[in-house]
Amino acid sequence: MADFPFLLAMIVVPALGAAVVAALPTARAALARPLALAVSLLVLLLAVLATVAFDTGGDRFQLTTSVAWIPDFGVDFALGVDGIALSMLLLIGVLVPVVVGASWHETPPPRPGRGPRSMTAFWAWLLLLESLMVGVFAATDVFLFYVFFEAMLVPMYFLIGSFGGPNRQYAAVKFFLYSLLGGLVMLASVIGLYVVSNSSLGEGTFAFDALRQLEIDPNVQKLLFLGFFVAFAIKAPLVPFHTWLPDSGAEAPIGASVLLVGVLDKVGTFGFLRYCLPLFPDASRDLAPWVLALAVVGVLYAALVAVGQDDMKRLVSYTSVAHFGFIALGIFAFTTEAATGAVLYMVNHGIATGLLFVVVGMVIARSGSRRISDHGGLATRVPLLAGVFLLAGLASLALPGTNSFVSEFLVLIGSFPERPVHTVLATVGIVLAALYVLLMYQRVMHGPARGVLAEPEPEPDPVPDHAGPPDGGGATAVLTAPTPPRTRAVPDLSRREIAVVSPLVALVLLLGVYPQPLIDLVTPAVEATISDVGADPGGNTPQVGGTEGGTD
Amino acid sequence: MPASLPVDGLLSVAWLVIVLPLAGAAVLLLGGRRTDRWGHLLATGTVVAAFVLAVACTLQLSDRPGHAASVDLFTFIRTGGLDVSAGLLIDPLSAVFMLLITGVGALIHVYSIGYMAHDPGRRRFFAYLNLFVAAMLLLVLGNSYVALYVGWEGVGLASYLLIAFWYTRPAAATAAKKAFLMNRVGDVGLALAIFLMFAQLGTTSYAGVFGEVGLLAGGTVTAIGLLLLLGACGKSGQFPLQAWLPDAMEGPTPVSALIHAATMVTAGVYLIARSAPVYDETPTARTVVLAVGAVTLLIGAVVGCAYDDIKKVLAYSTVSQIGYMFLAVGLGPVGYAAGIAHLLTHGFFKAGLFLGAGSVMHAMDDQVDMRRFGGLAKRLPVTFVTFGLGYLALIGFPFLSGYWTKDAIIEAALDRGGWSGWVLGGVAVLGAGLTAFYMTRLMLMTFFGKARWTPGVSPHESPPTMTAPMVVLAVGSVAAGFLLVQVFPLAEWLEPVFGEPAEAAHVVAPAVVGVVVTAVMAVGVLAAWLFVGRREVPTTAPARVSPVVTAARRALYADTVNEALVMRPGIWLTRALVWLDNRGVDGVVNGAAAALGGSSSRLGRAQTGFVRSYALGMLGGAVLVAGALVAVTTA
Repeated sequence: MADFPFLLAMIVVPALGAAVVAALPTARAALARPLALAVSLLVLLLAVLATVAFDTGGDRFQLTTSVAWIPDFGVDFALGVDGIALSMLLLIGVLVPVVVGASWHETPPPRPGRGPRSMTAFWAWLLLLESLMVGVFAATDVFLFYVFFEAMLVPMYFLIGSFGGPNRQYAAVKFFLYSLLGGLVMLASVIGLYVVSNSSLGEGTFAFDALRQLEIDPNVQKLLFLGFFVAFAIKAPLVPFHTWLPDSGAEAPIGASVLLVGVLDKVGTFGFLRYCLPLFPDASRDLAPWVLALAVVGVLYAALVAVGQDDMKRLVSYTSVAHFGFIALGIFAFTTEAATGAVLYMVNHGIATGLLFVVVGMVIARSGSRRISDHGGLATRVPLLAGVFLLAGLASLALPGTNSFVSEFLVLIGSFPERPVHTVLATVGIVLAALYVLLMYQRVMHGPARGVLAEPEPEPDPVPDHAGPPDGGGATAVLTAPTPPRTRAVPDLSRREIAVVSPLVALVLLLGVYPQPLIDLVTPAVEATISDVGADPGGNTPQVGGTEGGTD
Repeated sequence: MPASLPVDGLLSVAWLVIVLPLAGAAVLLLGGRRTDRWGHLLATGTVVAAFVLAVACTLQLSDRPGHAASVDLFTFIRTGGLDVSAGLLIDPLSAVFMLLITGVGALIHVYSIGYMAHDPGRRRFFAYLNLFVAAMLLLVLGNSYVALYVGWEGVGLASYLLIAFWYTRPAAATAAKKAFLMNRVGDVGLALAIFLMFAQLGTTSYAGVFGEVGLLAGGTVTAIGLLLLLGACGKSGQFPLQAWLPDAMEGPTPVSALIHAATMVTAGVYLIARSAPVYDETPTARTVVLAVGAVTLLIGAVVGCAYDDIKKVLAYSTVSQIGYMFLAVGLGPVGYAAGIAHLLTHGFFKAGLFLGAGSVMHAMDDQVDMRRFGGLAKRLPVTFVTFGLGYLALIGFPFLSGYWTKDAIIEAALDRGGWSGWVLGGVAVLGAGLTAFYMTRLMLMTFFGKARWTPGVSPHESPPTMTAPMVVLAVGSVAAGFLLVQVFPLAEWLEPVFGEPAEAAHVVAPAVVGVVVTAVMAVGVLAAWLFVGRREVPTTAPARVSPVVTAARRALYADTVNEALVMRPGIWLTRALVWLDNRGVDGVVNGAAAALGGSSSRLGRAQTGFVRSYALGMLGGAVLVAGALVAVTTA
């Protein structure tokens, strides 16, 4: 079974699916949704089978496929995964079907003067995005990685720009400009790597394994490192490269927000681990103090800004910026425990924040408003939704028993022996996390009923957000039908919504109680990365009898 | 070590003690309305079963050599140098807590069947209560600091859910959030202590840490001790993190009895007692524990004298009594057993007092203002008698529970010798007098004097499901102290954990201490009678009072300080950062975006044009790459 080209299949299947959906005639447009669901479930199946075929004790890169692509420049279409990349593919496999389910009743925003856009394009872009996301994690050729990295922008640009909220154009352009800028800087470094390999090997190459062996001059390393770093720091936004995320995360349709924060941004932290540390170990060590400072500032700064948000989707986006600070801390502490924690964090954050975005989307679908202050006292009317909302929030604040605890705990306990001051500061972030989660939960769910859902059915008005009721006609229904004033019926979770949240809820709890299989999957790749950067992969050596500890 | 002996019999399934209530919670939460009719019975049943199992396990433990059993269940987290297994440690200390939690937990479940009978959220209530019992059991039964931490935050969640149980009341929702946040501040300390242990010792298990803590530098051990203490202060409502506990009284009264009196808030005492090998190495940290205990016991007692809300008086009394326990465990080996003994007797009489208060509220249409009570002794005879016995036990009436265990702490404090012994002992004696004052005041205002009821209230005694647990706890309030000190000495049972109790050289003869403490108590009772009992109690609190009373009524300005030092600066900081993020950091980029792409409104029209330029950009990039590559290869 290991011979089956799982990775190629996981790229081709959704790409073909996207083509088929895009080619659907208008009369058959209704097929787009079920088709997208079927394709995404097939990819999930492939991801699971690939994991079964993967041997944790085996080679670093497995399930490899390689075809010469541009032989003149040594570019190969080379695919392969280690435990880290595979865990990201599993995350994609799980999240995309969930996103399809969560977007089931997504409706296109109204366009003045013209009819609403067809939703077929939405499903096609979504599947294309899945294909490219798989590619970016599966590529073992740096040039191929770059191509996927840039190509990923296109479907996301259209998902935000065509199907987002009222400010979608602005958000899409901002997303695009930031990413393009990062990509260009990275391109310079990619070419630089080629130059270096050409001069030291006599023949240029983009193959990751060959590049990893290079001994690059430390000063050159720094320049090349910075090119990659800027691109990745924008993608997995570290403060101060983050301001595009709250706009994109808020304006994107919920499904795209989930994939944006859950998967796309992880390309940045994945890039740190896969490219920055192994290719430029000296530069990584030299510049680590700066990165760690950005990471810790991000944890505290973004959490404080999150506390002050009134827009739920912006709030969740800012929490993600804080979480990316934790991940960067885990990566640049250069210990096996912390880096394992960072990888787990990447997976767990995708699940937990994905769930939080989905649930927030369900609240917005009922009220039509993203503002916290437009809500209040919903728990009595939608107890099930409130329960899942709380669970997602608790996962976000890393409560023990949820998956996020394991990763945050590992990041912190693993970083502490190396970087006590940074760790102590980041640990203060757990109080702020409790604050932003509980503030939002209290304002939306607790207290007496108030806000838009407590008022009588509103007069038809220009809809501030196009999200429709969960299982109803969507924005069009709100725009037509001047109903007589009555208290709005607020339905609790529908069967579809239960089906959407259940897998994520189950994973939050399962990975919170029994994370060891996932840890076993990623540990070998993490150890390889840690030894690449010149640190001891054996983990913390206790300092019994040593001098004073690093707290104060 | 004996803990490593193979574990057989019931001890090997001791995890069921935790899993039973957890399963109950899961069934109630996932089962939904289908379980409405019988869910509360299932929840109560699981806790009773857990109690029976706990008793059986304890009996088996007492026959076991070494009196300890460590059971590893599965690998929780293992990577690099970290190896955390999910495991249990059943030893005399955890067994005592296991019995307290399941025993009092079962009684309070039974009581709640009556108390919550007409609440539409009854199923949810019992589910949360079960969740709490499971998390609390994990906290005390875990065999590593990580397992303790998981339970520690688990009880924090249960506490949050139960304080906010009537979440449509903004006060309840806010109190729940406050409790969680202040606890999290403490949790930071506990987490850092664990990180420090791992960094220094490479392990987080009790066996590993306690085995090697002696090898650490003194400063490191002190740091660990102080960080653990921060965690303990958060959970146990000790100074300076005490302000959340009285607010937590927004939760239903059975919750106040179980979580915020008998069990969860004593977790800090457990943490310090469990970490005895750490504190044995660091006199500095112990001294800080002593100071925290002494300060808190006074704060709690002083504030308790001024409140009119029956539950808040009891809450401050809890703060104060836990201060005694901190004082005890801060004394080190001479005090551990005394602290745990007081924790147990307090568990009985304070839980009983809260249940009694709940019974009073039940009778008075949820009124909590004691100025609206009075003369209830005749209308609520069972409540009066059981509450009265709890009251006598708490103030240390001779030969009831509190007398034995509180006197032991005061003796131990005096035996410390030197000026610190006299100060600590003096504070503890003074606290006993204040306790007698505020509790007598509470008794007089509630059960004696003229009825000052809100018109329309007709008090009636509670149903047997409520009074039966009160009777059981009242029996405990009377007898537990005598039993634990004289008949089955707790100190001996705990010997395998804390070592042999040293025969103390008494600074003051125990008999003298007993007489003095009793005399001070009598003064407190008398003072309360002079101030409250012999006059008419006004239905509104007098406004013209001394600055001392004003300060006490405002909880010695704890909230004011928190607001001025943390909350308001925090709000301003948050606002400033939001502004900075929108204007400052973002503004620079927005300018660039506007210059490059035009205003967003223009883009709305020109979107297709923009995509064309994007494609052009891609093409340009590709050309650039190709050119560069050609240049490199041909160079």
